[in-house]
Amino acid sequence: MDPLVSAASVLAAALAVGLAAIGPGIGQGNAAGQAVEGIARQPEAEGKIRGTLLLTLAFMESLTIYGLVISLVLLFANPFS
Amino acid sequence: MLDVLDTFSALPIASLEVGHHLYWHIGNLKVHGQVFITSWIVIAILLTASVLATRNIQRVPTGAQNLMEYALEFLRDLAKSQLGEKEYRPWLPFIGTLFLFIFVSNWSGALVPWKLIHIPEGELAAPTNDINTTVALALLTSIAYFYAGFKKKGLGYFAKYIEPTPILLPIAILEDFTKPLSLSFRLFGNILADELVVAVLVLLVPLFVPIPVMMLGLFTSAIQALVFATLAAAYIHEALEGHGEEEH
Repeated sequence: MDPLVSAASVLAAALAVGLAAIGPGIGQGNAAGQAVEGIARQPEAEGKIRGTLLLTLAFMESLTIYGLVISLVLLFANPFS
Repeated sequence: MLDVLDTFSALPIASLEVGHHLYWHIGNLKVHGQVFITSWIVIAILLTASVLATRNIQRVPTGAQNLMEYALEFLRDLAKSQLGEKEYRPWLPFIGTLFLFIFVSNWSGALVPWKLIHIPEGELAAPTNDINTTVALALLTSIAYFYAGFKKKGLGYFAKYIEPTPILLPIAILEDFTKPLSLSFRLFGNILADELVVAVLVLLVPLFVPIPVMMLGLFTSAIQALVFATLAAAYIHEALEGHGEEEH
């Protein structure tokens, strides 16, 4: 592989997954904080809140996973090599 | 693959073999053999479990029958909560099959020691860590919700594309493409990421330390199977109901 392409790919892979982690990180923090607040207000609803929280966290996490898929493509199945 | 990663995979314990496949040539097609082998094993596990559970049905369930009744009740509740009391029944087999196949595939990747079985090229792993499997499942979901919409409303199904205003037509069309794309990438990325993280940790510390990450992997695998089934049900519900008030 051309060393320039290789270096650019590694850099782009790191940037892709790093930048993709920012937004979902903030979102998951918000969701978890609100869930804790909800449990503190209404401890008997804990089971329901936890189930919903886990499902929504998985949805938010999938955004980071998209970035991860891009970086995996760049590392293991690079279309420019 | 990059050279650095090649030196990693030269180590005997943990190999990261992404992009190496056992190719079978069938006619003009090149298929990934290791995915077929593991999928068949998963299908065999599911078939055996169902046959064992239904061979000798008792009024008071024990053993395998108990387990499968629990699974059935769980899936029925899942479908009912998404599709509603009236319409869930015809779609229960589809959603249930999706969930069970993905769940057993994901867990087989973590629980069955595939790495001990050597095949000429590539390695055995969960079938869902190949993009072709997940794309196939996602396209099946697309076909299912189109079929649901057409069966319920006929050509009136297309009215949902221009229903609030025709300005949103391009976005409505785009949505039909992003749904299978996001479904397949989500599942593929999660499972592959799990296996990669475990492989990297095993490479660094071979004993005990990777166990918490493996447990986390089991947990996210189960959640991803649930998410896939839930979203499939939600998309079918949206097609049955008209344009969706619920976006994911």
